[in-house]
Amino acid sequence: MPAIRLENLTKRFGDLTAVDSLSLDVVEGEIFGLVGPDGAGKTTAMRLLTAIMEPTSGDAWIDGKHIRRDAEAIKENIGYMSQRFGLYADLTVAENIDFYADIYCEPRRGRREIIDRLLEFSNLQPFKKRLAGNLSGGMKQKLGLVCALIHTPKVLFLDEPTNGVDPVSRRDFWRILYQLLREKVTVFVSTAYLDEAERCNRLALIDRGRLLACGTPDEIKGLMRGAILEIRCERPRAAAALLKEKLANATVGLFGDRIHAVGERPERITAEIGRILAEGNLGIESIRLIEPSLEDVFVSVVAEVGERGEGRGERERSN
Amino acid sequence: MLERLRNMLIKEFIQVFRDPRMRMVIFVIPCFQMLVIGYAVSTDVKHVRTAVYDLDESRQSRDLVAAFSRSGYFDVVEHIADERRIREILDRGEATAVLRLQHGFAGDLLAGRTAELQVLVDGTDSNTANIVLGYAVKIAQAYSEKMLVRRFERRLGAIRIPGRIELESRAWFNENLESRNFYVPGVLVIIVTLMTLLLTSMSVVREKEIGTMEQIMVTPITPVEFILGKTVPFAIIGYAVVFLVTSIAVFWFEVPMRGNFGTLLFGAGLYILTMLGAGLFISTISGTQQQAMISTFFFFFPAMLLSGFAFPIANMPEPVQWLTLVNPLRYFLIIIRAIFLKGVGLEILWPNFLALGLMAATMLTLSVRRFHKTL
Repeated sequence: MPAIRLENLTKRFGDLTAVDSLSLDVVEGEIFGLVGPDGAGKTTAMRLLTAIMEPTSGDAWIDGKHIRRDAEAIKENIGYMSQRFGLYADLTVAENIDFYADIYCEPRRGRREIIDRLLEFSNLQPFKKRLAGNLSGGMKQKLGLVCALIHTPKVLFLDEPTNGVDPVSRRDFWRILYQLLREKVTVFVSTAYLDEAERCNRLALIDRGRLLACGTPDEIKGLMRGAILEIRCERPRAAAALLKEKLANATVGLFGDRIHAVGERPERITAEIGRILAEGNLGIESIRLIEPSLEDVFVSVVAEVGERGEGRGERERSN
Repeated sequence: MLERLRNMLIKEFIQVFRDPRMRMVIFVIPCFQMLVIGYAVSTDVKHVRTAVYDLDESRQSRDLVAAFSRSGYFDVVEHIADERRIREILDRGEATAVLRLQHGFAGDLLAGRTAELQVLVDGTDSNTANIVLGYAVKIAQAYSEKMLVRRFERRLGAIRIPGRIELESRAWFNENLESRNFYVPGVLVIIVTLMTLLLTSMSVVREKEIGTMEQIMVTPITPVEFILGKTVPFAIIGYAVVFLVTSIAVFWFEVPMRGNFGTLLFGAGLYILTMLGAGLFISTISGTQQQAMISTFFFFFPAMLLSGFAFPIANMPEPVQWLTLVNPLRYFLIIIRAIFLKGVGLEILWPNFLALGLMAATMLTLSVRRFHKTL
């Protein structure tokens, strides 16, 4: 039995389809990443799966329990951390934790040990008496995680947990997540950061509510058609503009001071790039093949589906 | 269930009392309001600033003016010498009433003719003007009666005037007709209303607005537990406010408390429940604290004006009177005034208790049903 199963899960808000017949399986004990740009429907999907929002159609099961029919039973076994800080800023760290422990009816006996252990591994022990509102962004997220873990849930939902958190705290946060895996917790995390997505066991790319691809980070990278050429040259802006105009069978993008050209036959494209830039009197420092990053894949897949989508839209209109 | 509720309560109380501003709002402000409004809200008209334009300057005219100032209702603040000053003094509001005695006032009186006294009143506030005129009529009548009797006596010796009606008026429940006794219990109702209504509606909406609601909704807490956890603290605070404000009414303003305090607390309980229901209802239809605040006042002001707090319900047009039947303030005002001043209990007030009970049940059921554990 998968820890999370989605079948054609759909949520519409009026004309807007936030989640569009999403079907997925998440295996028990993995970190599964839901990756997509802002407005892709990540938060809505999270809310549907945590049973705090009703789907328009479709089904989903968490640990075998249906999100509509067994909503309250699901809540016993999941932890959830919303994108916005959802704890009480005017309560202290310890008071927030106690409050959630009480809400989940954690037995008094043994509770101290659980809380101490959670405080220990989140490094929040020294801040127990501090008001939650006075914590730094990273510490707030850790406190959120502690409160979501207080009842040792089977499935943990994290909605963009490291949004606006500094890189050091982000690394810390992921260290904690990896520790959870050892305890067989399934983690379902949404993120817009692609470097984070690479840390997941498996991930799903979504855009405008639709599933674009699903698999391990390597499988997703394999979806990339063609190869990526990285070009360093004198005036990257001008060169990129020129290549966009003249290079026929490759997609060109500017990444900082480097240009990426994506196409099916790298040798021919390399030759062509050399010719075009020479004609434009722009000197080349280097051209080399590079490994695609998730970002490249994401940009290419989203662009591809976007084109198809728009094409379909036009056809519909012309009918 | 009880465990969860207990902890919701602890959390709410910590939150309410940690904030010094909230402590002020809950305990200091009601007392302050009670004191200030208790003094300020009064329709008693005493010490009316009065100017006198006496053209006669006779013993009789001075006598009449003295009768006015002796009454305690009129304070003579100025003797006008110039006719134009009458207009000016009323325009500027330096006096509310002007007594004008024409030349020949004493002459007319002595000759047995009707003498004229003109009273000019600032009628901007029609209520006050009416009352002032009423006092003036009484004083003038008493004076003319005294003159009459004296005249007869001088002519005919000691006599008894036959066939006279003497009015012996007694006001029950508020012997001295002090408007404070009427208004102070009313102010108590207003304060309790505003406190419980605003605190409940704001506290639920606040959780929605700052995002803590979303986090609570993914826990197995039941809607009833959540609602109880959110309302019971304010019911307790509401009761504390009732105690505080009643003490001020009884011990500071010396409003008589003739009825049973227990009955009053029972009525207050029903009323607080109604207000909690209303507050919750407002919170289910508002997304932000600002909306909740506006909705609260949207309910509060008509409810206050149509409650009989200041304007008698009997004076309202009939359809509006029907409307007041669904106004919980109306019933609680009747209950509280009756318990304070008349000293009656459930045997007479039960219809009002019943109405409040029904409203409390309706409001609470309605809002609990409207409250969902989904976004």
